[in-house]
Amino acid sequence: MTPLLSCNDVTVRFGTNTVLDKLNFCVEHGDYLTVIGKNGSGKSTLIRCLLRLCPLTGGSITAAEDFQRREIGYLPQQSGVQKDFPATVEEVVRSGCLGNHRFLPFYTKEDKLEAEKNMHKLGICSLRKRSYRTLSGGQQQRVLLARALCATQKLLLLDEPVNGLDPKVSAEFYDIIRELNRKDGIAVIMVSHDMTNGLRDAKHVLYLEEDAQYFTDIETFRESEQAQRLRGEIPSGAHLREVRQDG
Amino acid sequence: MDNVQQLFTPELWQYVMLRPLIGGIAIAICAALLGTTLVLRRYSMIGDGLSHVGYGALCVASVMGFAPLYVAIPVVLVSALLLFWLSESGKLKGDYVIALFSTTAMAIGILFSSKAGLTNDVSHYMFGSILSLERSDVVLCVITAAVVIAIFLLLYHRIFAVTFDGNFSKATGIPVRFYHMVIAALIALTVVMGMMLMGTLLISSLIVVPTLSAMRLCRSFRGVVISSVCISVSCFVLGLFIAVLCDFTPGATVVVTNVAFYLLCCLFSRIRGAE
Repeated sequence: MTPLLSCNDVTVRFGTNTVLDKLNFCVEHGDYLTVIGKNGSGKSTLIRCLLRLCPLTGGSITAAEDFQRREIGYLPQQSGVQKDFPATVEEVVRSGCLGNHRFLPFYTKEDKLEAEKNMHKLGICSLRKRSYRTLSGGQQQRVLLARALCATQKLLLLDEPVNGLDPKVSAEFYDIIRELNRKDGIAVIMVSHDMTNGLRDAKHVLYLEEDAQYFTDIETFRESEQAQRLRGEIPSGAHLREVRQDG
Repeated sequence: MDNVQQLFTPELWQYVMLRPLIGGIAIAICAALLGTTLVLRRYSMIGDGLSHVGYGALCVASVMGFAPLYVAIPVVLVSALLLFWLSESGKLKGDYVIALFSTTAMAIGILFSSKAGLTNDVSHYMFGSILSLERSDVVLCVITAAVVIAIFLLLYHRIFAVTFDGNFSKATGIPVRFYHMVIAALIALTVVMGMMLMGTLLISSLIVVPTLSAMRLCRSFRGVVISSVCISVSCFVLGLFIAVLCDFTPGATVVVTNVAFYLLCCLFSRIRGAE
């Protein structure tokens, strides 16, 4: 079976600045990939590439035959842009269905059922008439996740989904995502800088650094020096080099 | 009180009030519909800028002896597409481009008209001439409204999605840029038609204020759209009647009515919020 999504030598340059350099990885059906990296390591650019919002300088991204890239369910990073936007939960969730058909000026019965199902799945049915702007951060993320589910059957792309949420709410949110991945078989790509919780349920890891990248399964990653370095168990390579220079 | 009784004579209705009412309601509906997306996308000033561009174009056209609307509509249309494109592609850092656009166009208009000494004709565009609308103007207003309402209704859900979250919409395959261009074109049409009625200086408030009032009252996007149309139309009618009764300038009276209603809405939402 061809992978759901595979990146082959994906390269992105802005002027002389190379943001992504020959990136190779793939996402299988039902996979759970966590993309880890510091700020400036190209995580956001990668997301924009996967969503076709940013042109590639080189390489290609290919999708499985039964999958189109507009069927990616995208959960954007929380931003203050929509702070005073008047919209009910139901309106926001339903808008996820719009990619399903090009020209219809209204939602079909199936769309409404789909929205209903996803609101139920995420436990936000009771909020349906509430205004999005009055919800708590965790509730807003659930609403946006429900919208993303309306847009996809196969792959969720989550951009720092627990940013700004308190630990208890983040843990709940990770549970929801695991549930969707394990029970419904939806593949997940999660971008995160949370080394401990972000990796909890991952099956594969893509580790991005400014000048390096690693794509492995989770067991290998856990054992690797990178992970140990970040957990502070042994001195990092960079640190060693510094020591040597001092000496 | 004599004035009030005069209002109810059929002749006055037929000859004075009918055209302004029809034309004004048509434009009030368009302005309110489009205002929702403009305000929510933080593009409020674009309406203002476009009206100034329209003023410049109208002045130049009437001095050169062209039919004003045939010049103004394309010019404003192109400016609208340009401004939207600039804002969307992130090239518009800050609002100085709008300021530059609007003052330049305005200056050119004033230059032309003062040279030709057409001050009276041109001041119609500055302050609107709703009480002396031609039959053809009213027909144009109604056609504009029909086009704007039809397109807005057809694209309603997509306009919501694009306004709420452009990136998500793009990711799901909605041609976001195309919808922005459609909205820009509709705004250009509305602004030019609105200028004849309300005047250059006041049309942008007809676009912005009803939406602001509606946002104070409603939680849903649909609620805001519907109530901003209702608010816009009722404030227009009320303002027009007050203007005729008290012999005020109609455009200004409509705007003041709208703003007064907005203040009421603020008060209302404060009280409701405090409960």
